[in-house]
Amino acid sequence: MTAVVPDIAKPGFSFENCRRNAFLAQKGYAVPKATKTGTTIVGIIYKDGVILGADTRATEDTIVSDKNCSKIHYLSDNIYCCGAGTAADTEMTTQMISSQLQLHRLNTGRVVPVITANRLLKHMLFRYQGYIGAALVLGGVDSTGPHLYCIYPHGSSDKLPFTTMGSGSLAAMAVFETRWKPDMDEEEGKKLVRDAIAAGIFNDLGSGSNVDVCVIRKNNVDYIRPFDVANVKGQKQGSYVFDKGTTAVLSTRSIPVDIEDISITPIEPESMDTSS
Amino acid sequence: MSILAYNGGAIIAMKGKNCVAIASDKRFGIQAQTLSCNFDKIFEMGPHLYIALPGLATDTQTVQQKLKFRLNLYELRENRRIHPKAFASMVSNLLYERRFGPFFVEPVIAGLDPKTFEPFVCNLDLIGCPNIPEDFVVGGTCSEQLYGMCEALWKPDLLPDELFETISQALLNAVDRDAMSGWGARVYIIEKDKIVVKELKTRMD
Amino acid sequence: MSSVVDPFNKFSYMESGSQRQHFSPYADNGGSVVAIAGEDYAIIAADTRLSSGFSIYTREQSKLFQLSEKTILGCSGCWCDTLTLTRVLDARMQMYYHEHQKLMETPAVAQMLSTMLYYKRFFPYYVSNILAGLDGEGKGCVYSYDPIGHCEKSYFRAGGSAGALLQPLLDNQIGFHNMEKVTVAPVPVEKALAILKDGFISAAERDIYTGDSILIKIITKDGIKDESFQLRKD
Repeated sequence: MTAVVPDIAKPGFSFENCRRNAFLAQKGYAVPKATKTGTTIVGIIYKDGVILGADTRATEDTIVSDKNCSKIHYLSDNIYCCGAGTAADTEMTTQMISSQLQLHRLNTGRVVPVITANRLLKHMLFRYQGYIGAALVLGGVDSTGPHLYCIYPHGSSDKLPFTTMGSGSLAAMAVFETRWKPDMDEEEGKKLVRDAIAAGIFNDLGSGSNVDVCVIRKNNVDYIRPFDVANVKGQKQGSYVFDKGTTAVLSTRSIPVDIEDISITPIEPESMDTSS
Repeated sequence: MSILAYNGGAIIAMKGKNCVAIASDKRFGIQAQTLSCNFDKIFEMGPHLYIALPGLATDTQTVQQKLKFRLNLYELRENRRIHPKAFASMVSNLLYERRFGPFFVEPVIAGLDPKTFEPFVCNLDLIGCPNIPEDFVVGGTCSEQLYGMCEALWKPDLLPDELFETISQALLNAVDRDAMSGWGARVYIIEKDKIVVKELKTRMD
Repeated sequence: MSSVVDPFNKFSYMESGSQRQHFSPYADNGGSVVAIAGEDYAIIAADTRLSSGFSIYTREQSKLFQLSEKTILGCSGCWCDTLTLTRVLDARMQMYYHEHQKLMETPAVAQMLSTMLYYKRFFPYYVSNILAGLDGEGKGCVYSYDPIGHCEKSYFRAGGSAGALLQPLLDNQIGFHNMEKVTVAPVPVEKALAILKDGFISAAERDIYTGDSILIKIITKDGIKDESFQLRKD
């Protein structure tokens, strides 16, 4: 390449490291595991719309990497989507589809139907043959009423009145199968979703922390985060603040920062701490 | 063995009251053999913005250069400093582009908002899933040990001095229980008007 | 017969020979154990969650086994191996008692456990053991093991699924590692208990196999005192 600066990468996936990584894998250095959401996500249709629910734990193998992650993703003003599986895939897939839906809305000048989001998502996932590990619960309300879809990583989808996904899906489904009924009112619906997620949180080790709930109605949305704090961190017995000078220091260097543009910097009420 | 543990290393970033700290060990090794005790894993990306890239050392440096390039273009185009959150998105996008052939790094970002000076810490997995917590993030080969230390030692609203002691003790005791990290440590305490860099005395075995 | 296991190898001239059936004799049932020894006491604690994969078997399983009035063993790892190991261990304790007409001292139990583990060197008990108790002089002692019988005496030790999370905290708070300007002194029992509980609170936050509650046993010359402490349940 003769250019002075390298080209800005083309959009889309880059496969430049694949050959190297395959070589490393062949040498016995397997590609490391990415963060999984190891999740309980659910959705139901109730009298006036859709209620989605999710727990907030993300895991890396047996270690919790995020105690309060957000698994209910925005797709458009009337559509939200819960994601389970590889955390980066659910995050990025919903972001990409969200932007496509916005463009679609601007092109057509209409509220996007939920089925469009479903179609875009399953096309995307099918194209990547399951290698994008995203299992989704898609819910929204459009001109034809409330809709709830369940989309699998390989690109198939179901249209259902109530659904669950993720590692805690069986625990949550047990709650739905006993207590779900058509045309529930909102309070009853939220309680049912909470209990289904709580079943996942307490009985599935991959799910944990809080319950997030998103209620989508005809004209508005309530995204309640957290809806219920199912677990609180224990109260510590001791204090672990160390005295100054506890750590042995070899050398100290201070880099002063000149703060430019004082005029636009909000003045903070309390005086700055300069004790060090 | 995971390729992420080929060279070793340990990173923490923690929030305090109007300040953040980011710390790393200084070891560079090939598996169990230590080659250098002065290997940088933390890089400056702005006056109040630092990124640490634990993982495979070749990718640490490659990703650092690619990020610096993208950051320079951003700053030229926008004519302003990047917000740590926007920077985290930039890193996320760079890594997710290589979803099917990733760089073997798990970045940790620490910084202050360029306008409000609000503390920010964040880490990403190797394919760019961001995690933005209220307290601390860790990375590297001894992340379990670091999690244990940080969960016990951290509390909200630590002052810069207290934050330094907390992050240093967390790092030092964690790396002592990991054969792949240690051999010196460096801590950056990022405040509104200054950045203090301290080299720690550590075990050298 | 050509290979049908690997579809990409269908046209290979390689014949698949006899096929090996895989059976994994071990399970990982999680759980963590911490033991701290002081001048005249020893504390040992374990969480009470028994799990496998992503599911919980029970939230109230004690992983502590009292071997004598002065010795307690904490086990985590493969639960079926723990059961067998402790049963055999109990029998050996009884045999010793009847043969010598006295209780086995903690260091002797420690040695016996090491021997028993190494006896199964090539089909080990998949258990992380920590033994705590008072020695012949009434001082606290802790012994930790690897699955095949390597034994190490120390004053504090964490093992099991959250061992890596707990051990550096003990190094720091009980062993005063990496601290300047502190007087290294034996930790009183109250402080040891507080650190132990805080360690478990922290471990339960990050390790999915540690949680529900902990069972603590405090061994002193006056006997063994039980205590329990609730952890998060998710």
